[in-house]
Amino acid sequence: MDYTEEQIQRYSRHFLLQDVGVEGQEKISNGKVLIVGAGGLGAPAALYLAAAGVGTIGIIDGDVVDYSNLQRQVIHFTADVNKPKVISAKEKINQLNPDVNVVTYQELLTSYNALDIIKDYDFLIDGTDNFPVKFLINDACVLAGKPFSHGGILRFDGQTMTYVPGSACYRCVFVSPPPPNAVPTCSQAGVLGAIAGMLGTIQAAEALKYLTGVGELLTNRLLIFDAKKMTFRTVNVKHNPNCPVDGDHPTVTQLVDYEQAACELKKH
Amino acid sequence: MSKIIVNGQEQTIDTTSIQLLDLIKLNDVQQPDMVSIQLNGEFVLRDRYETTTINDGDELDFLYFMGGGQR
Ligand SMILES: [Zn+2]
Repeated sequence: MDYTEEQIQRYSRHFLLQDVGVEGQEKISNGKVLIVGAGGLGAPAALYLAAAGVGTIGIIDGDVVDYSNLQRQVIHFTADVNKPKVISAKEKINQLNPDVNVVTYQELLTSYNALDIIKDYDFLIDGTDNFPVKFLINDACVLAGKPFSHGGILRFDGQTMTYVPGSACYRCVFVSPPPPNAVPTCSQAGVLGAIAGMLGTIQAAEALKYLTGVGELLTNRLLIFDAKKMTFRTVNVKHNPNCPVDGDHPTVTQLVDYEQAACELKKH
Repeated sequence: MSKIIVNGQEQTIDTTSIQLLDLIKLNDVQQPDMVSIQLNGEFVLRDRYETTTINDGDELDFLYFMGGGQR
């Protein structure tokens, strides 16, 4: 790959990085990452992946920008309110790095479109905050053999783990979605905005590590942090033989759309 | 008395053993539906919380659903 003078400067800190270098940057430039949800987690992830020069970034989100998003969804600005999130995100990515090819899907990820959409990507970032789609992403990735980063945030806490085919999946740990009535509406729970940045950035780092093959991914480990105490803990988890999707006797053999609390459909 | 480890921290319980569901209550988990529990590295099925006994030296991880949920 021939780099222009501008690109040499743009990616110079990656070129300097021994584990990445020119070869690693080429892998990043050829990489295709799908971000599900252009919200709290997807926003920082998209910005860092764009800055890194990921060749293709897909963004799927059916929402429009709302004032209540701006406290944490840093890819959207005040002037974007009422604009589709995928358009707002694409505009910022293009401004940050015109090398990136942005593919937008202004829709929800469902059992009908999931496998068709994810097939074109190397790695997925789960940037949703509702359980039905989290389980859908997990199942689609397990069934299609795609790696992905799970992320969840709540109040002052965050959790993330990375799946690659063969490692423990999200269902290995959490088995099935909590009953919809056990989940409070998102406006009741709340989250400190910067927590989304902390977690989405970890997810972006995992995507870049996957693309470049550098280091050890967060597989078979669930990273949990509590920002009130600012403590981080990694819990070893292993593949669960009772896992409904990749256990010894799978019961989930096709994709399922679970029910969820109404508010969670709208606000990420 | 027995000593167990919950989320990396030592806990002392008054009895020699305790039912997992009681331990969940002892740890102020308001909604057992919202926690996934690993006992000595193996996940406990949610419908076995009532019938699983925790003994001296056991290590547990309470892993909470995160993503709009509540613990
Ligand atoms: Zn699994």
